[in-house]
Amino acid sequence: MIRFDHVFKRYPNGREALTDLTLDVGRGEMVFLTGHSGAGKSTLLKLIALIERPTRGNLLVNGQNTTVVPRSKIPAFRRQIGIVFQDHKLLMDRPVYDNVGLPLVIAGVPEKEIGKRVRAALDQVGLLGREHNRPIELSTGEQQRVGIARAVISKPALLIADEPTGNLDPELAVEIMKLFKRFNDVGVTVLIASHDVHLIERFRVRRVMIEGGRVAGGDPAPKLPSMQAN
Amino acid sequence: MRQWFERHVQTMVGSLGRLWQQPFAALLTILVIGIALALPACLHTLVQNVRAASGGWGYALDVTMYMKQTASLEDTRRIAAKLRQRRDVDEVTLIEADDALEEFRKSSGFGAALDALTSNPLPHALVVRPDASFRSPEQIASLTQALRELPEVDIVQLDTEWVSRFHAMLDVVRRIVLLAAGLFALGILVIVGNTIRLDIENRRDEIEVTKLVGGSNAFVRRPFLYNGVWYGLGGGLIAWLVVTVAVTLLADPVKRIAGLYGSRFELEGLNPLGAAALVAGGIALGWLGSFIAATRELRGIEPK
Repeated sequence: MIRFDHVFKRYPNGREALTDLTLDVGRGEMVFLTGHSGAGKSTLLKLIALIERPTRGNLLVNGQNTTVVPRSKIPAFRRQIGIVFQDHKLLMDRPVYDNVGLPLVIAGVPEKEIGKRVRAALDQVGLLGREHNRPIELSTGEQQRVGIARAVISKPALLIADEPTGNLDPELAVEIMKLFKRFNDVGVTVLIASHDVHLIERFRVRRVMIEGGRVAGGDPAPKLPSMQAN
Repeated sequence: MRQWFERHVQTMVGSLGRLWQQPFAALLTILVIGIALALPACLHTLVQNVRAASGGWGYALDVTMYMKQTASLEDTRRIAAKLRQRRDVDEVTLIEADDALEEFRKSSGFGAALDALTSNPLPHALVVRPDASFRSPEQIASLTQALRELPEVDIVQLDTEWVSRFHAMLDVVRRIVLLAAGLFALGILVIVGNTIRLDIENRRDEIEVTKLVGGSNAFVRRPFLYNGVWYGLGGGLIAWLVVTVAVTLLADPVKRIAGLYGSRFELEGLNPLGAAALVAGGIALGWLGSFIAATRELRGIEPK
């Protein structure tokens, strides 16, 4: 699904974010990216979403070589990926319905179908009936779930999330992670960057440690009793 | 296709709704555009009316032909009949030499002196009125030339000098109107462009989010283009209103002045075609202004 092949990323200000990173994520896999902040996790995700481009090396996403995707094709490319952000990136002056339905509006889906799918997506994240609320009226955890509903509404094969639980208290964080796991269970490839080691340890999921812009180690899905969240 | 149409209607209404949320700002922009459009439109209406009025001065363009003394009344009648066939001639009036003499005797007070004449020294004359659609200086000149070439004609009289001057001046004024329209159009592009630029700046976050979830530049730009269209439409309607009010206010005094000069000239407003052109021009300028601004601005907004 994702293949980093000796990828380097240097920002215009000279900072080396990734140095010779090689990583393979298979279709249907769920992976936690761990490491200190500044290790390169966010940059790695930005490269996948084509928010940034590699300075050197190749990056394949869903069979496409991202280095040759022209600027004009970036929107179409992004539409096949679900992205969840730490700060949710919701439209605060629009109701939940508009926020979640936005990817479908962009894709030109008929209005009737949008309504159906928005409700289905909200149901999946446990927010059915809140479509007319504004994000401001929701708690942080609920806002994050709106963000997840928006990310999954177009049924992407790949879901990436950058510190999706960063602002949540531990219990809510577990809820959110379980939600991601559920999407993974139905075949979605999920890649989550998180520095919360304690949270990650509760899930039986492959871990990749990023340090200094390269893969510094990892574990295949550990034999831990997963989903033991209280 | 229906899908596409539905989307556009939705965006169109949505953008109108957004303008509605800041009615004062939107109204200001629309007013500025309206005034900028109204000025050239008023000038244009003025020129149109002056042209119409000068068309009513047709009698001033009458051509008087004095026949040779040798030409008989019969000859003159024949020529008059022939001239009436011409496409560029509206009317030919025959003034017989005897009638002219009689008229002269009455109005001049030389009655006794004229009685001493043994024969009538005046020739027959024809007054030719050019057709309304053949009154440009060139057409009049070619008509007079044709009249001069008739063998029985002695003198052909027409004071075309002032007509040419008048038309030349009108041409200058029309150029000025065009120039003004061009400048004001440029001004409208700048006004709309700047408004849209600020609008985009205010919605930067929303644009970034939309681009993050896969919105293309064209998708993000669309509501702003409709904003521009609404501004232009509003401005065009305001301009039309201004012209109509101005014409209505001036209609009565102008009618009175025309009456004093014995003319039945009446001030005319924009015809439906002109009004449609005004509104369409406003829409086109609004769209173009927002297109230029949005295309430039949106390229610079990329998610980070």
